[in-house]
Amino acid sequence: MPSTIRVRATAGADVTEVQALIQHPMDSGFVKDASGAIIPPHFIQVLTFEHDGNAVFVADWGAAVSKDPYVKFSFKGAKKGDDLKISWIDNKGATDTTTAKIQ
Amino acid sequence: MTTTDSGFSATRRLILQGAATVVLIGAGNMASSLAPAFAAANDKYPEEAFKQKGDADAIKSLYGMTAEPSDKVKLDAPEIAENGAVVPISVSTTLTDVTSISFLVAENPNALAASYRIPPGTLPNVSNRLKMAKTSNVIAIVEAGGKLYSAIKEVKVTVGGCGG
Repeated sequence: MPSTIRVRATAGADVTEVQALIQHPMDSGFVKDASGAIIPPHFIQVLTFEHDGNAVFVADWGAAVSKDPYVKFSFKGAKKGDDLKISWIDNKGATDTTTAKIQ
Repeated sequence: MTTTDSGFSATRRLILQGAATVVLIGAGNMASSLAPAFAAANDKYPEEAFKQKGDADAIKSLYGMTAEPSDKVKLDAPEIAENGAVVPISVSTTLTDVTSISFLVAENPNALAASYRIPPGTLPNVSNRLKMAKTSNVIAIVEAGGKLYSAIKEVKVTVGGCGG
């Protein structure tokens, strides 16, 4: 199955800009389906970005993050060609991990 | 841009979601046994803070202190959000020694939406997209040098989006 994580990391002179888009329903647990039954909460809780073995950005998410979440941040100390490891875990214990090359 | 999902057809997305569901059910047991190690590696997920209803309680649960308003915290959010399911919100700050940035939506069922840990070397500048149930104050919290600073902006929502 293809990765749920899509990431673009671009190295500038000093700062690497990272944009990530993840496929996930991010169900809040407050919404009903067509038959009136509550759709149980299902959302990513922790999303981690690692460079060179160190976490450079950690997102703790609640159910109010939009479906197919997007996040953008920047960090220093990386160069073109470096690996950026991205992983998430949701409230049901499911996980996904990918490694992207910094461009 | 390769990070947008505009290239996906609705059909393909449905197929992918179906496939993901099957895989998740199959992997459920294995994943839950891996979960504790994963959580330990990532510090602690602030479960209690995300369960709090009001913004003040959520901030107290997350940080154990209160924030003071600061014009050094810049909160970027639309005046009016036509679709409450996807509201683009960004925070940046000129404060130094920033260790975390959090986003709260006061009128959501649970106010805390997202909290980001900012290690040294990462810029205090985060963009994301949040759901808003209705018109509400959005609160940005920046933790810098062990203190909390905040910015608030009201976002008017025309179609509520806790729906997602």
